[in-house]
Amino acid sequence: MQADATRNTLSFMLDGERFDLTHIAPTTTVLNFLREHLNRTGTKEGCAEGDCGACTVVIADLQQGQLRYRAVNACIQFLPVLDGKVLFTVESLKTPQGLHPIQQAMIACHASQCGFCTPGFVMSLFALYKTEAPPSRERLCSALSGNLCRCTGYRPILEAGQRMHVYAEHIPSEQQTAVSAAFGSSLGEAELIQQLQTLNSPQSLYFEYQDTSFYAPTALQELADYLVTNPEARILAGGTDIGLWVTKQHRDLKQLVYLGAVAELNKIAKTTDYLEMGAAVSLEDAYQALVAEYPELKDLYERFASLPIRNAGTLVGNIANGSPIGDSMPALIALGAQIVLQQGTQTRRLALEDFYLGYQQKDLQAGEFVRALRIPLAKPKQYFRTWKISKRFGQDISAVCAAFAVELEQKQVTKIRMAFGGMAATPKRALQAEQALCGQIWSESAIEQAVQALQQDFQPLTDMRASAEYRSLVSANLLRKFFLDVEAKL
Amino acid sequence: MSPQYVGKDQQHESAHLHVSGEARYIDDLPEPKGTLYAAVGISNKAHALLKQIDLTQVRQAAGVVAVITAKDIPGENHLGGALKDEPVLAVNKVEYIGQAIFAVAATSVEAARRAVLLAEIDYEVLPHNLDIRAAVAAGQFVLPTKRLERGTASTAIDQAPHQLSGSFSLGGQEQFYLEGQIAFALPQEQGYLLIHSSTQHPHHVQEIVATVLKRTQKDIVIECRRMGGGFGGKESQPSFFACIVGLLAQKTGKPVKYRVDRDDDIMMTGKRHCFDIGYRVGFNEQGVIQGIELDYASRCGISADLSGPVNDRTMFHADNAYFLENIAIVSYRCKTNSQSNTAFRGFGGPQGMMGIEYVMDEIARQLQLDPLAVRQANFYGKEGIRDCTHYGMQLEDNIIHELVAELADTAQYRQRREALRVFNQTHQGVKKGIALTPVKFGISFTATFLNQAGALLHIYNDGTVQLNHGGTEMGQGLFTKVAQVVAEELQIPLEQIRCTATSTEKVPNASATAASSGSDMNGMAAQAAAQILKQRLVEFLAERYQVPASEISFQAGQVRVGTQAAMSFAELAHLAWFNRISLSATGFYKTPKIHYDPRTMSGRPFYYFAYGAAVSEVEVDTLTGEYRVQQVDILHDVGESLNPAIDIGQIEGGFVQGMGWLTTEELWWDKEGRLRTYAPSTYKIPVAGDIPERFNVRLVDKKPNREATIYRSKAVGEPPLMLAMSVFFALKDAVESVGHYQYSSGLNAPATPEAVLIAIESLKKKVN
Repeated sequence: MQADATRNTLSFMLDGERFDLTHIAPTTTVLNFLREHLNRTGTKEGCAEGDCGACTVVIADLQQGQLRYRAVNACIQFLPVLDGKVLFTVESLKTPQGLHPIQQAMIACHASQCGFCTPGFVMSLFALYKTEAPPSRERLCSALSGNLCRCTGYRPILEAGQRMHVYAEHIPSEQQTAVSAAFGSSLGEAELIQQLQTLNSPQSLYFEYQDTSFYAPTALQELADYLVTNPEARILAGGTDIGLWVTKQHRDLKQLVYLGAVAELNKIAKTTDYLEMGAAVSLEDAYQALVAEYPELKDLYERFASLPIRNAGTLVGNIANGSPIGDSMPALIALGAQIVLQQGTQTRRLALEDFYLGYQQKDLQAGEFVRALRIPLAKPKQYFRTWKISKRFGQDISAVCAAFAVELEQKQVTKIRMAFGGMAATPKRALQAEQALCGQIWSESAIEQAVQALQQDFQPLTDMRASAEYRSLVSANLLRKFFLDVEAKL
Repeated sequence: MSPQYVGKDQQHESAHLHVSGEARYIDDLPEPKGTLYAAVGISNKAHALLKQIDLTQVRQAAGVVAVITAKDIPGENHLGGALKDEPVLAVNKVEYIGQAIFAVAATSVEAARRAVLLAEIDYEVLPHNLDIRAAVAAGQFVLPTKRLERGTASTAIDQAPHQLSGSFSLGGQEQFYLEGQIAFALPQEQGYLLIHSSTQHPHHVQEIVATVLKRTQKDIVIECRRMGGGFGGKESQPSFFACIVGLLAQKTGKPVKYRVDRDDDIMMTGKRHCFDIGYRVGFNEQGVIQGIELDYASRCGISADLSGPVNDRTMFHADNAYFLENIAIVSYRCKTNSQSNTAFRGFGGPQGMMGIEYVMDEIARQLQLDPLAVRQANFYGKEGIRDCTHYGMQLEDNIIHELVAELADTAQYRQRREALRVFNQTHQGVKKGIALTPVKFGISFTATFLNQAGALLHIYNDGTVQLNHGGTEMGQGLFTKVAQVVAEELQIPLEQIRCTATSTEKVPNASATAASSGSDMNGMAAQAAAQILKQRLVEFLAERYQVPASEISFQAGQVRVGTQAAMSFAELAHLAWFNRISLSATGFYKTPKIHYDPRTMSGRPFYYFAYGAAVSEVEVDTLTGEYRVQQVDILHDVGESLNPAIDIGQIEGGFVQGMGWLTTEELWWDKEGRLRTYAPSTYKIPVAGDIPERFNVRLVDKKPNREATIYRSKAVGEPPLMLAMSVFFALKDAVESVGHYQYSSGLNAPATPEAVLIAIESLKKKVN
């Protein structure tokens, strides 16, 4: 990193005002900045871990020249990730002309009771309002998957979501603003795009505060070089895990290096053989691309965390984190995904399952980082399914996650990969069960053999998410479910 | 004249503030310069002696201004009511993981939270217990065991044509109010202390803070404009948080705020009681219960807190809607090394009802009858026949027969039940279930003296009104409903009425906003105040214009004095003021008719009952145990609704909350006695996608309360929660289809996917 090539001011826009900050702790959360520094108390803290949505705010940025509005959890986002972006909070919505159509719809539908979660719901709806035409119930449930309400039972909130566009039509056109205008209107867009372009800097951001530093390189090699010389630096991508280290564990993070500004890492590329996801690609973008290739991933996608978490978190972060219960790994392992690691100018590739050495242990050298993930494209004779099992359908951590990919030649198993999460200290392939099936005729008896072998593959634990008994039972049943599913397609 | 302001879908008085983020909660209040922030050091052992507490590093930590332990408490170190069995800060020993040991005040929230982690505490670990039955066996109770009997249960069971016995377990529930516990103390002059507390019971907080700080109640004022949810979790629990800020503010002389982190909130505070319920029942061919023994053992945690009245209500609701002629109930209030359990919407009633509903379901399967038919056969009668409860209260308002018949009809319960049984015969991987369950819930505090309320009403000389009462606003729309009542009495638009924060300065000695009694009691108190003022105005006008009082009328902001005069309410207010008429009044209400002898547990503890019923249909994946609630139909009785929109909101919200309790919300403690589901990442309340797409809620039409309640309305806060029992029994129905309805699944609550799958697997083994 060359000091003269960097800037030390983080800049973002809020309600038309430009904030240029040079002297602030990099782990200051967006929520605390709003509440404690700006005294904007409309955004609430409900859990400080990104699970309740009371703190939801919306970030706008440019993606391929287009405006993009995304809801995120302010409680676990660090302030520097706002660099170059436009922030909207619940206070941004009300104009001198009155309440926003979403706010009007919420009132008309009696969608608030205690009101504490309400600003978060309004902001999740705002992101949706700016992103698509009047939404279906399914889309609303997805957009609101990260917002908890304990009072209303949600029915009136869903109704408000269905009616918000109607209220938009009631606003006279001369009173419309960039904020009140619904999806499809270009009102105020040019101005917003211009603000974003003004904020946009090709220079990397680097600043220090007391004994901490924050670095957001814009080029891949800058990142790689920095990590070689600063192997202790903590890589920050979506912050959906690291945020909690600060809010819950009160850990000191002295040196943060942020991936989000590296253009090369924000790319999704498709070759003839594989999809490649850069390390900064969000879960939402990654899963949309994955579902396009593998429609079988749709259920997993819908159950994967919440929209605000998917908007912030990254797919590579999910796998590089090394948690035994990350939802993506079983599917990716079953599909034969590889990771691309980089250290300085050196790169190497590794089968995803080989990356995990033990509980929270990874095959990662000092100064090395996961640059990208490669997922093979769908094969014609391959049957693939993945299931996530958890207490609650939406936004839960899996008790068990299972994925199966089988290739059949005239009902004979020529290739099979199955991987499980929540069954061991790492996401893991069920090698004995695979072996039991390989070369066999695809039949119920062969599956039952594999079920027996599966009991040898794993000795799961009991914890708050599930008992060992349930994990064993459900993993075996999922294999059976896979069998029935493939049978139905044969 | 038909009502102008009550009975309307009036929006919540703060709705426009909620949606714009302008509604102020305690953490949003401006902070005076020098405000300090509190954090509390908690036990990480479930049961241990405190050998040594070394707080040296805590005191030396950056930003720390004050540190307190039990020794620094000037008054009495206890939070409980009569029993004094729960210390504010631990002395010598700790009894659960999460118990408070010391507190700090620091210059920032972060500094305070970091500092408490630096304590070095030397524990001598003692054996701990969380198991209900082990506590019963060892005789470990927070309160004496209670019994309630009528007739000869044991003999009646033995002589009945059929007998059944069994047990099941019922999990507790975290309130999960979205706004966590919080208190903010602002020292005033001469020892006067203002505490903003997120509480359903400001007077209780005032009482406890005064005792702990060694002050009197006149020195302490507790204020609460609104809570971000309460659900019972802010009835007794907030006093702890208020004591901490009170102690630290008294010590430092500075404003002190304590906003507890969500994880700590769940680790520290009490929840809905979990139960282990045993039963023995005798019944005839129609499933009519001849005699029943019910044994309710609950996990109360380390102290009594509200466990006494909670478990009493369990006993009172062991009948739900059924006449149980020969009954013997035993209620064990177990001491366990866990959070001291407390109030939660329904207050023990839901657990009482789950006991009898489980029995109904088991009887129906045993006799191969439709569970609804068994339920109906057991319903209370009317007019002197089978209509006396086991605690000696005559049921005068029973509408359960017609209510359930109407719902079964409109929801097409029987047709759907037949259809899904056909479906189940042809589907293996997916099974459907349906259930209709009734609710009868008693309204009033069972402790008679608590059934009192006060209001304070000011009319200003511009004709606007300030309304205050002892009830608190936690989202349930109480302020809106009471304002509607005042608007109706004075015939002025709601815009002319401002609801002000609940404060112990305005209405003294107020009861908790609990037991669903908020609008019943505060509505009546406010009505009384409004009627007093109106009477004064009428008398004034009658004399001034020399017209009979009967010719003076108030309507829609206008006042007509015979044919002599007409004026706006504002003009009248100004005129009355000018003529030295007092325009301020207090109103008071005490619920009539109720009486109750706690010694014999008999009398009329409830003024009336609220009724309702729900049909739920579910679909279960038999390979994973996962399920969806597909359709819910509810018919619920709110008398003449004060505000149908708010009442429907209470019904839908209560139902979904109850559904969470019985399905995905699981409290799980590890072997060390640590609650591991202490955050929304692990404790799963329903989300938007969990609610049924077909969710039909209707109010019972034209059924005014037969008692003279406020505008003949009925309480609505708690009863709808229990409508969710239908979800549990629909799941049980779906599960038991796997065993062709021949065997009991032994399904326990919460019916998590795991519980469902394990029940399914046990049935599969029986069938094969």
